[in-house]
Amino acid sequence: MSAHAATASSGHDVGSSKLFVGVWIALLGLTAFEVFLAYLRLPSLIMLTILVGASLIKAALIVSYFMHLRFERLGLFLLLVPAMVFCICMMLIMFFPDSVRLMNMRPQ
Amino acid sequence: MSEPEVEGIVESPWSGGGSPFAINSKKLGMWLFIVSDSLTFSALLVSYAYVRLANPDWPRPFEIYPAIAKSTLMTVILLTSSLTMVFAVSAAQKGQTKRAVTMLWWTILCGLAFVGIHATEWYTLITKEGVTPWSNPWGPPLFGGTFFGLTGLHMLHVTIGAVYLAVIAWGFGKGKWTADHVEVSGLYWHFVDLVWMFIFPMVYLMSVTLKSGVTP
Repeated sequence: MSAHAATASSGHDVGSSKLFVGVWIALLGLTAFEVFLAYLRLPSLIMLTILVGASLIKAALIVSYFMHLRFERLGLFLLLVPAMVFCICMMLIMFFPDSVRLMNMRPQ
Repeated sequence: MSEPEVEGIVESPWSGGGSPFAINSKKLGMWLFIVSDSLTFSALLVSYAYVRLANPDWPRPFEIYPAIAKSTLMTVILLTSSLTMVFAVSAAQKGQTKRAVTMLWWTILCGLAFVGIHATEWYTLITKEGVTPWSNPWGPPLFGGTFFGLTGLHMLHVTIGAVYLAVIAWGFGKGKWTADHVEVSGLYWHFVDLVWMFIFPMVYLMSVTLKSGVTP
């Protein structure tokens, strides 16, 4: 990450058109895969697990290449990402126990 | 006092100095905004999941055609707009003003196409299916509230993004603003695309009508 910092820092061009088109094709491929899963109509839990995984990969591709975070200083990544992940984890800490309780309370 | 030059700072012993991230203040500001806005959408998605789990009879009304086909097309349009935005930033940084402005307008066009298709979907849901934020014919009224809340906030972001890009395209074309402005507007646009990468599977694909015999 830091190896490219000097290039990225002053707003110079990072990444080639070929690379961006490649990322775009990968994103389209992952979208097609997600839609295919919906077509198969898998059970919710399996479907949700795969979809969240695919969405995280897509998000990582967008942030890394389209938003150039891959080419920025490591410091910027450390400023932004861990804090955000921590906040999302805090939301999920509240979410999981209560949502599992709600599922168990459903009428059988 | 003039701002310290980034080039010189990169060569400092710890590569930090007065600008540890080696980016301009506009870009850092946009990144911080993106983090805060992503937490807003995260909270909404977590709330949506919670409400959905709390309702055992949560509806799954979306058929592969037209709802999923339409939302897939919207996803492809938004991904393509991100590609044109990357090309716009790249052209702006190379000093190719005309190409950058053209690419910005293609991005705006894709954004407007996205909003247009979304609007037709909302229109069908409201007028033909009878779905409103407080009621729907399939069961829990919160379905409409969460659906319109999530997709509506995203659509608002896309609309604001299109206006923002139009202002940047105009200003950059006139020489009023620099490539940095184009790059910062690009960060916002990609973020809008990123959010949709979670809304599309969570709200649409997870609501596909199930075949009989499949466990929900």
